[in-house]
Amino acid sequence: MSISTLRIVWLYPDLLSTYGDRGNLLVLAHRARARGIDVEPMQVRSDQHIPHGADIYLIGGGEDGPQAVAAERLLDDGALARAAESGKPILAICAGYQLLGESFYANGRCYAGLGILDLRSDRGESRAVGEVAGEGSPVLGIGPITGFENHGGRTHLGEAVQPLAHVSAGIGNDGATEGAWAGHVVGTYMHGPALARNPRLADLLLSWAVGIDPATLPPVDDTWPERLRSERFAALTPE
Amino acid sequence: MSANLPPRAKFATALLRTAAALSRATGRGDGSVIGGRVGLIVEPRLLELLADGRHVVLVSGTNGKTTTTRFTTAALEAIGKVATNSFGANMPTGHTTALAKAPKATYAALECDEHYLGQLLDAAHPKVVALLNLSRDQLDRAMEVTALAAKWRQTLQVSAGQTTIVANADDPLIVWAASVCERVVWVAAGQSWTADSAICPNCGSHLDRFGEFWRCTNCGLNRPSPQWSVAHTGEAVVGPDGRRYDLSLQLPGRVNRANAATALAIASLFGVEPAQAAPRLAQVTSVAGRYAKVERDGRQLRLLLAKNPAGWLESFDMIEKDPPVVLSLNAREVDGFDTSWIYDVDFTSLAGRKVVVTGDRRTDLAVRLEVDRVDYIVVDDIRAAIAAVAPGPVEVVANYTAFQDIRAEFNRVN
Repeated sequence: MSISTLRIVWLYPDLLSTYGDRGNLLVLAHRARARGIDVEPMQVRSDQHIPHGADIYLIGGGEDGPQAVAAERLLDDGALARAAESGKPILAICAGYQLLGESFYANGRCYAGLGILDLRSDRGESRAVGEVAGEGSPVLGIGPITGFENHGGRTHLGEAVQPLAHVSAGIGNDGATEGAWAGHVVGTYMHGPALARNPRLADLLLSWAVGIDPATLPPVDDTWPERLRSERFAALTPE
Repeated sequence: MSANLPPRAKFATALLRTAAALSRATGRGDGSVIGGRVGLIVEPRLLELLADGRHVVLVSGTNGKTTTTRFTTAALEAIGKVATNSFGANMPTGHTTALAKAPKATYAALECDEHYLGQLLDAAHPKVVALLNLSRDQLDRAMEVTALAAKWRQTLQVSAGQTTIVANADDPLIVWAASVCERVVWVAAGQSWTADSAICPNCGSHLDRFGEFWRCTNCGLNRPSPQWSVAHTGEAVVGPDGRRYDLSLQLPGRVNRANAATALAIASLFGVEPAQAAPRLAQVTSVAGRYAKVERDGRQLRLLLAKNPAGWLESFDMIEKDPPVVLSLNAREVDGFDTSWIYDVDFTSLAGRKVVVTGDRRTDLAVRLEVDRVDYIVVDDIRAAIAAVAPGPVEVVANYTAFQDIRAEFNRVN
């Protein structure tokens, strides 16, 4: 493969790490190492500069106050927008997903987002809390998605993005679609360790990072992640 | 106290006791909640009336409430009878029952759910309130943690009055909440979980940490100088005058030495000398099943309850180095339906020993351990887990309902 050491940057764990967000860093590192790829995980605090030229960028979820501060610092820094332009994979969760859009609401007011994804977020009438599932984008080939959501936002997608999935349980963006993607940037309301339950999405990010077709990644033993997925899908069906 | 209760409150108290006794007799638990509910319907001010004239301490925080309350009770029993909600029923119904069941107790040591602190301050007029720590816990049904600290701060500002606060100087959220009070006794109780306090709760800037000391780079909020601390070496607490008090606790871990330091600080505000209180804490062997040791088929199990990331990390710090470990995880309503938080727990310290996972959400644990490269086996329940390990000591770590399931297997061991 074209990369000897995969540099994975986890952005702003001091601000946006409310629901086990570290899990996505751990899952990506685990799945890369299982393919013989060395990994250099990097945690970047909000008072540090974001490194250029990393291979994957992750940003997590959090409360309104930290979300607004994170957006401001990301806009000042500028490196994440440049990473998106140069085709680096970015995975953004919940509050991190909202702030990649054009605008979002926090603490009752509207903030400018980074404008990396063509979407806008506002407030829903009630909080969306619980399991979320749906059919993943066929273009991405990630299969059905499963996660847990806990957010008050509703997200409206523009023309330049595609939904990550169509929702069959839970709310996601608006009760119909969940998440969004464009280029190599993926955002989702499946919070915290979304990749633990969606290994094909993890592999898609890895394949983008190393520049190969995901089908050519050597297989890893997904017995337990697949069992977990089956359990979570089964739990959605009324008994 | 109850001798002076108005007739309606006396009637309510009698009904409460009957309801609680019926609930116990029919095997529905210890009856604290249903008894309190009945009593409060008949006399909505029952909690206030029952607390009137007693010397009350409230203990609240995310982790360590039950143990600290138990330690405090043991210490205060040196000077009189103590009413306490020792069954962990830590909402107003449970407090009402605890007081109703101990009409002659001059003192009351009440564990208080974080969300009811304001209500209890107003109803029980405590002499002392102990605030242990705040960290993420059941986020799908509870408040996010900074919001909870803000609620405490507001509540204390309005209702603390002449109450003395015993507060953890090592937890920035606790310091921020308690610093609005006039009378605060600071305890260096440690912080096993720092991820919820990277940012200043007061102004949102970064907190700098220098060993034990921390301060905000912007607004100046910083670690107050503690009067009480856990000794750096040995099992002891250092008091305000610098004297060391040996603990010889039967409960394991640094976190229980911190709970003991808080209990000694509380006791001293009630006039119990630490030298008198410390040996009493050493008599506590288990707390509502926590730390209990049970035996089955030649396996000696120690039961550890851990409800949230901070609790799991604390329990990994307590367990012996070599024995096999059983981990049990549920996600029922009281546990929180969301298991994401297991990714906030570092399991790598378990690598190299035998690990058995069980509970309703054992598959989540299996996936989690795989990511941390910890070998494990998966079994259906605690019986199968016992069969899966060799005779000898076994450490069992479980979250709330998983723990209760295991306790039930051992006749609700206390």
